[in-house]
This record gives sequence, C-alpha cells and structure tokens, in this order.
Amino acid sequence: MGDTKKPDKDGGTSTPSPLNPKQQSRRDFLEGAGATAVVTTAVPVLGISAANAQQADNAASAPTTSIRLTVNGVSHSVDVEDRWTLVELLRDQLDLTGTKIGCDRSECGACTVLMNGKPVYSCSQLAVWADGAEITTVEGLAQNGQLSTLQQAFVDNNGPQCGFCTPGQLMTATALLNNSQSPNSDEVRSALVGNLCRCSNYNAIVEAVVSAGEKQGGVA
Amino acid sequence: MKTLSNINASSISDAVAAAQQALGNGQSIAFSGGGTDLLQQIKDGTDRSDVIINLRNVTDASQITSNGSGTAIGGLITLTDLSGSDVSAVLAEAAASVGTPQIRNVATLSGNVTQRPWCWYYRNGFNCYKAGGNECFSVVGENQQHAIFGGGPSFIVHPSDVAPALVALNASFVVSGPAGERSLSAQEFFVLPSQNPQQENVLAPGELLSGVNIPSAPSNTVSTYHKIMDREAWTHAEVSVAAVLTLAGNRVEAASIVLGGVATIPWKLDAVESFLVGKELTEAVVREAGALAVADAQPLTKNGHKVPMTSAAVERTLMSLASV
Repeated sequence: MGDTKKPDKDGGTSTPSPLNPKQQSRRDFLEGAGATAVVTTAVPVLGISAANAQQADNAASAPTTSIRLTVNGVSHSVDVEDRWTLVELLRDQLDLTGTKIGCDRSECGACTVLMNGKPVYSCSQLAVWADGAEITTVEGLAQNGQLSTLQQAFVDNNGPQCGFCTPGQLMTATALLNNSQSPNSDEVRSALVGNLCRCSNYNAIVEAVVSAGEKQGGVA
Repeated sequence: MKTLSNINASSISDAVAAAQQALGNGQSIAFSGGGTDLLQQIKDGTDRSDVIINLRNVTDASQITSNGSGTAIGGLITLTDLSGSDVSAVLAEAAASVGTPQIRNVATLSGNVTQRPWCWYYRNGFNCYKAGGNECFSVVGENQQHAIFGGGPSFIVHPSDVAPALVALNASFVVSGPAGERSLSAQEFFVLPSQNPQQENVLAPGELLSGVNIPSAPSNTVSTYHKIMDREAWTHAEVSVAAVLTLAGNRVEAASIVLGGVATIPWKLDAVESFLVGKELTEAVVREAGALAVADAQPLTKNGHKVPMTSAAVERTLMSLASV
C-alpha cells in the first residue's frame, strides 16, 4: 500500500517506551479483549455480519480511484473507493487510528487532521479529494520519540480526560501555533470552537495550548 | 456511505460539461466545493447523488478582482479567505461567523449561499416540500427556528450568513450552466417558497453559482454583520443583520439592511431603508427602525421570540455603525 513501511499504529515511535515496554497499543489490547465478548454476545455479532455482507455486495460495484498522498511525510499510493472518507482511509487502510471518528458529521472535531497545513474535518472530506495533498495526523506530531511542545503541554496540564477528543484538539491547536507565536486564551478558544470535549475539560485544554505557545514563543 | 463516483473538474466549464454528461446518462449529480455539508446529507440519505463533481481543483473561480465599477469574487473562494479579505466588512464578518475554522477552511462562498435548509424536519428525512413532498411539518410542529417572513407553503429559514451580506451589498449572482453564463440580481436568484417550495434559488440541475459581482460603493460607506445564535459558536443564526450604510457624518445617505435566520430567503428591509435615508442616526430613529423592521412579521406558534429579537438586532446593528 505505502511506498515505505507502514507507520506504527499509535504515535509513530519505534523506540520502546519505559511506560509501555511491550509496545502494546491500546488498540491491540482492546482487540484482544474483544475476543471474549464475541462469545457472550451472539446476537449483535450476527447483526454485524449481516451488515458486513451487505457492505461487501455494494463494494463489488463501488467506483475506485488511485490516489497519491503524503501522510506524516510518508508518500502513499492507494486505491480508494470514491465513497470513502479521508478518516476511513487513514484509519482502515493506513492503520493510523490516532484520528478518531466521533460524530462523523462535521460537528465534534475528533477527526481533525491538517490538510496542506490547515485543520479540516477528515470525516467530511472524501479520500479522493486528498489526492496530491499533504496530511498530518496526530501520529506525525512526535518526532524521534519526543512529544511535541504542545503534546507535552497537554500532559503537563491534564489536557486529556477520557482522551477521545485529544487528537483533534492537538491538530487544531498545532495549526494555531504554527501561525501564531503565543496566542492568548481568547484566541485559543476561538481557534478551538470546532473541537468539542464531552468531558468539558476546556479550561485545561486552553491552558495547555497557551502554555505551549508561551514556550514556543520564548515568553516563558 | 452509499456508492457514488467522484469526478474532479479542472475548470467551471469542465464541471458544467461533466454535469451535463452525467445528467444525460440519467445520473443525479451534486457539485462539491468544500463538501462538509454535502457529505452529511449523503450519509443521512437526504442527498442521493450518484456523481459528485469535485470543484477543489478548479482554479478559475476563487479569486477576488477589482476594477473601476466593482469587485468580482469567484464562487469557490473559501470562507477562510473571504473572512480575511478586505472587500467589505459585512462580507468578511459574515464569512467569519459561519461554522468552525475546520469548516471555513474548505467551505466556499457558493456552497454557503446555495446550501440546503437546516430545518430539522427536512434534515431528518421527513418528506416535506424541500424533499419533494407536499407538506411543511413545521406548521403544526416544532417551529421555534422557522420563518417569520416570507413563509408559505414552506417555512424554512434560509441558512446562509454570506447571502444576506451579498444582498446588502447589492451583489449580482453569476450562474454557469450548459447555456453559458448569466448574471442575476438577488431578487431573480433567490426564490420564495410561494414561487417554488422545493428550492431556495433558481439553479437548475447542472447549474452552479460560479461567482458574484459587487458594485463599488461611495467611500463614506460603512458596513457590519451581526449574528445572534442560541449558543456562542458553530450554529446558524437565530437572527442576523447585514447592514450597509452610506453616512455623511451621522446622517444616512443610503441604507441597505438585510436579515438572515428569520426568512425563507435573505430578507431585505425596504421600508426600513427608505425610512432611514436622510435621517440622523439617533437612538430614537434607530428604535423606530427596529420597530419598523418587524411590522410585517408573521410568527408561527412557537417562534414569537424572533420578533423582538429581530427588532433588537436591527437596533444594535445600526447603533454600532452610528458615528456618535
């Protein structure tokens, strides 16, 4: 699929972390744990199979297009179904599951990625529209195993609570900090209006972005 | 998502030709600028297009060009670019008030002006006028957000923020289609439900809004856009006011005032405009203008709050432009 090796699933680092020496991702863990649930919930599983079968029928006639795009600096040539959204391509084909699907309708911001440097909702872009684009996802923020200043500020300020909105918040805030040296809290709030946090941890998120901006801008 | 095919257009004429071909094959089509709303409608089943004509790669319709007589704006300019432009305060402010940064980064002027209504019945699959049926469910239903002007037989509110600003600027609307290009006034472009309850504008299948032309205004012209929402961000207007005033000191030489969020099309307040011309913008005059703005309002059973809200919005907008 990709020209080069597939990115790692969660975060793009290949150095074993002292916090996670087995390099087991949360996804691997949940998928493993899910095997038990299958045995105990026969009815929903049958329902899902029927839905998958129908999906497969449709897929036989679904138009596809070959596209080329760069994701986190890695070039990919991919055959995509025209109806796939960009987030479906990222998660289901490129295994970049850091980008989340929340509402799947441009309302929550969990799917935010940078497209040619600008934050967009990847649930509301067709993958074919990203042909030739440069995409940055949350996996592209850490460099050489080192969290970005913003990611570290999220850790230091308890930005994530449940964490589901965090990848989207990080991407929108990354775009803000790329264009604005040290934004104040009002500017951060207005830049982040398109990213909902159902834990309502907005104050900590805004503080994290402001403090990352101060570090970056050399104020602090 | 349902099966569909995507065609990338490289120019407006290319897009029109692709649309003609698909329509000729009996396929339904949708043009896509930013696509954020279109994809929602496709996922929800309220848009069942077979072919999406992607306008992302069209390069001949996203520029702003000015000459002696006015300014031409390509319909595919993004709302982010429009909000940062210096064409007119009312237009930049209206564009900046739409959705969220993620939406504005891809959404276009044309897409915003021609988006389908956000009535909760239409958007949730009711077979109403807008979906091709012959009923407006809001009449005896939940009509808190529906029209107090221009309603019947459908009572949707026109969803655009950019449209009231364009109408206030006396813009003309450039429509491209198989017959070529035509330029329409706002009055010709937007249609009341009494004229055609299924559509909000005259665009036929295969036609698109490719741009707008804004005539030059005198240098002593000021403008602004005020939008009242039921939360602080990321929603449509309960009521909005686009105001363009030409002022000599504090005396009104010309006025153009258009409402959003309360009518089935961008709602021009002709009576308020002619009332204001020649008057000083005092508090008493502004209050009278606010009362006059809603003289013809026809609220439904549950949207009466929009009447005083509209008066207040008109008053505040005018006061913010007064040079006192």
